[in-house]
Amino acid sequence: MAQAYSAGLTVTENTILRKERILPLKGEVLVKKGDKVKANDLVAQTFLPGKVIPLKLANKLGVIPSLLPQYMEVQPGDILKKGQILAKTKGFLGMFKSTVRSPIEGELESISQHTGQALLREPKIPIQVKAFIDGIVVDVIEKEGVIIENKSAYVQGIFGLGHEVNGEIKMLISDPGDIIDPKVITDEFKDKIIVTGALLTLDIIKKAQSVGVKGIITAGIEDDDIKKLLGYDIGVAITGHEDIGLTIVVTEGFGKIDMAQKTFNLLKKFEDHQASIHGMTQIRAGVIRPEIIIPLEFDEKELSKVVPKVSTLEIGGMIRIIRQPNFGKIGRITGLPEQLFKVESETKVRILEAELEDGKKVTLPRANVEVIEA
Amino acid sequence: MSSEKLTRILATDCGSTTTKAILIEFIDGEFRQTVRGEAPTTVEAPLNDVTKGVLNAVTELEELARLKYNNSEIKFIENEEIIIPRDGDRGVDAYVSTSSAGGGLQMMVTGVVAKMTGESAERAALGAGAIVMDLIASNDKRPNYEKIERIRHLRPDMILLAGGVDGGTTKHVAELAELVAAADPKPRLGSSYKLPIIYAGNNAAVDIVKETLQDKVDLIITDNLRPTLEEENLGPARDKIHDLFMEHVMAQAPGYNKLMEWTVGPKDDKLQEIPIMPTPAAVGNIMQTIARVENIEVLGVDIGGATTDVFSVFTEELIFNRTVSANLGLSYSISNVLASTGLENILRWVPFEINRSDLRNMIKNKMIRPTTIPQLLEELVLEQAIAKEALRLAFLQHKEFAVTLKGTQKNRSISDAFEQSTSGATIVDMMSLDLLVGSGGVLSHAPRRNQTAMMLLDAFLPEGITKLAVDSIFMMPQLGVLAEISEKAAAEVFNKDCLIHLGTSVAPVGNTKLGHTVLSAKIELPDGSVFEEDVPYGELRLIPLGVNEKAKATLKPKKGFDLGKGKNQEVQTELSGGVVGIIIDTRGRPLNLPSGELRVTQLKKWMKELKAYPEEILA
Repeated sequence: MAQAYSAGLTVTENTILRKERILPLKGEVLVKKGDKVKANDLVAQTFLPGKVIPLKLANKLGVIPSLLPQYMEVQPGDILKKGQILAKTKGFLGMFKSTVRSPIEGELESISQHTGQALLREPKIPIQVKAFIDGIVVDVIEKEGVIIENKSAYVQGIFGLGHEVNGEIKMLISDPGDIIDPKVITDEFKDKIIVTGALLTLDIIKKAQSVGVKGIITAGIEDDDIKKLLGYDIGVAITGHEDIGLTIVVTEGFGKIDMAQKTFNLLKKFEDHQASIHGMTQIRAGVIRPEIIIPLEFDEKELSKVVPKVSTLEIGGMIRIIRQPNFGKIGRITGLPEQLFKVESETKVRILEAELEDGKKVTLPRANVEVIEA
Repeated sequence: MSSEKLTRILATDCGSTTTKAILIEFIDGEFRQTVRGEAPTTVEAPLNDVTKGVLNAVTELEELARLKYNNSEIKFIENEEIIIPRDGDRGVDAYVSTSSAGGGLQMMVTGVVAKMTGESAERAALGAGAIVMDLIASNDKRPNYEKIERIRHLRPDMILLAGGVDGGTTKHVAELAELVAAADPKPRLGSSYKLPIIYAGNNAAVDIVKETLQDKVDLIITDNLRPTLEEENLGPARDKIHDLFMEHVMAQAPGYNKLMEWTVGPKDDKLQEIPIMPTPAAVGNIMQTIARVENIEVLGVDIGGATTDVFSVFTEELIFNRTVSANLGLSYSISNVLASTGLENILRWVPFEINRSDLRNMIKNKMIRPTTIPQLLEELVLEQAIAKEALRLAFLQHKEFAVTLKGTQKNRSISDAFEQSTSGATIVDMMSLDLLVGSGGVLSHAPRRNQTAMMLLDAFLPEGITKLAVDSIFMMPQLGVLAEISEKAAAEVFNKDCLIHLGTSVAPVGNTKLGHTVLSAKIELPDGSVFEEDVPYGELRLIPLGVNEKAKATLKPKKGFDLGKGKNQEVQTELSGGVVGIIIDTRGRPLNLPSGELRVTQLKKWMKELKAYPEEILA
């Protein structure tokens, strides 16, 4: 067998990108097919039903639940102001009167004669979806959202933290193996996306937070530092919702690892360009990885249906090793033997033979490499 | 129908990533699993049709069957459908299937008191093969608005609404129904149908629940799952969950309507539909079948990348329990094992020094690249150490869940009155356990079976005499649904082809000082040789005894140790062999690992004795 499938992260200087921008529940689409949008433009919005506040009304009035309707001053469906009287009792000879007022602004949803409970609903909460990338609306999904296309330089990260942000890319390193000193992050990097080196430390993150940096792109990061930053250990790999004031995209993994040369070269080439990045990571069925998207000038005619490419292992192809030993090293495939092979751990696996950049020859499980596309 | 009429059965398990097909045939008077095939599951885009993956897996199986029997006439598929019934070389007598594709069955349950009706509801849902996303109870201390928010956000496939004993107060159940109504929950898959809610609570509250919910949801009423505090009646609720799983959840998944038509087999002399089962429910089914047929107590575990399921059948009444530890696994959830147990607990199983930051980074790198394989021996030892902790924690959760009913009244003698807990005690008794079965990548694909045995021993700490086995290709789901049409076929295949017997563990219970003899063992092996030793405390011994071999054993515990018959009481028994053999474990129960240098010395000694790893790493 001359080739085999192997997952890899995409790093490309030029791709046609399609992004679905969909509301979490049905609402209104604010743009139409063919519109040109900027990353910060709103494309769709909706309203989440407000929070429900249960209120033990019968208890508060001191009446039995089945008699509640006769004391109501408002009815289900009525709009409420904060402090408005919901129900009151007449009391006895004008004394011992009870009055219950609405603790919120919103609506009376229902009252129950079984439990004596009233359900109040707070006002609707607006949910807005931005374009996230500069591009053209190529499709509108009625009441749900849009599909935006553009031509971009594109890097898929391996792990990230934080929300969607946009900013100008600034290189703080001159070599993929550099580690920066926090001092180099000055006020001039406010609102920028900075590229740090082989290892992002807590000191660098803290300095970036204090300056108002929007995003950090790094090759490696220490897990210990993430725990200190977040105040907890990441249990399950679902990230992207952290409110840490900036977004972090890790391109290689945990520990000190040189940035892949191709990624480094691409980011360097597009220094000072606007980029859209996010830290969303989910490693279960339907994998989501962080992204770095750098929109390019394009003609509409260039947009055509994207054909997903399947990465394959082929003799002569370039690979990156993604597990010890030699984690992070780049090599060229020299052999793809068919038979199972027993590696040091005695696990029997399909292997490949490769020559590393320093000329060293290695054999390793096929599962432990990523294909680097030419 | 009688099993004899079945001669060739096709069974598939449609998992989230892989669809596995097996062929079971009646050969020379017994049922055997003969051929298997697999293919990627095709529930998601671009194919969006589960039957494509099934056909691919069955095609592979068909090709392998032709090769095996050197018969090109063998055919199971025609016009993209399974051929049923069998006619000579063509077709099969029955086709059955399980499914966990699309994330399985996700449920939310409610109860008035979390530890009573709430726990019963949870048991019903778990037993039916569901993942329980949350338990909402009247007494769970969260404010009501928080509960409503939670219900609204979860989007389960269905809700099991339980609470109260029959004839009891209706107020709390009414309140639970109101919370659900206020949340107006939407089903996870598609918004084209109403969310199914099964009411299995206080029968006096049925009208109130109907009034509150029936306009908003698809309400199904069934018998109370806890009619009295002393009685649990989970059957009717479980049956309703299965019906709804088919009607709603499966019917929404791409291609399942077609698959549901395919799964048929002979019953009462005609072809009838055999419902698709949720995978974990089928595993529960086979375990109960085995426990019943062989009259034994069974404990099983399936450790995956994301979750770990533990199944057990204990007590004379063969009570079945299942727990899902949703965030304990070895790839996607590996980091959560570290977060749950802590670094120290993992490192205590590691017989060499490692930089702690490096270990943390290694675990996270496995999480973000879950398909990688440990190439280095040290990394294998570390992954297996993490596996021991994941298994241990999942088992702990299982023990806490598999309990006698809480809230029951018992007549107590004066001596009982001094003991605080008579209800709510775990029914998991490692001493009476007969068979411990492991399954899932790290156990099934360990490079040495001795490593599998070691992981099972260290994580579960079996007591007394316990058989150890591994389900190497995880065939239990298919056998579970097969048991629906033929218990005989399922039980025969389970024993002969599904399990790889590792051997038997002999572990006297007690603790003492190192050096004291705690077990005098005499084991007569089938080749005529005799193993005879006064085994000191803190040791492991491995005595080779092959698959299907038996050895006569006289085992005399000492120093107050117990092998099941009481302290210092001799046990005469027959021990079964396996690919590993007999393991004598005098490390004590509970197992107290020594600290410091002695820990490393002991770990190396045990691993060497068990031949768990190559010598070089244990030097």
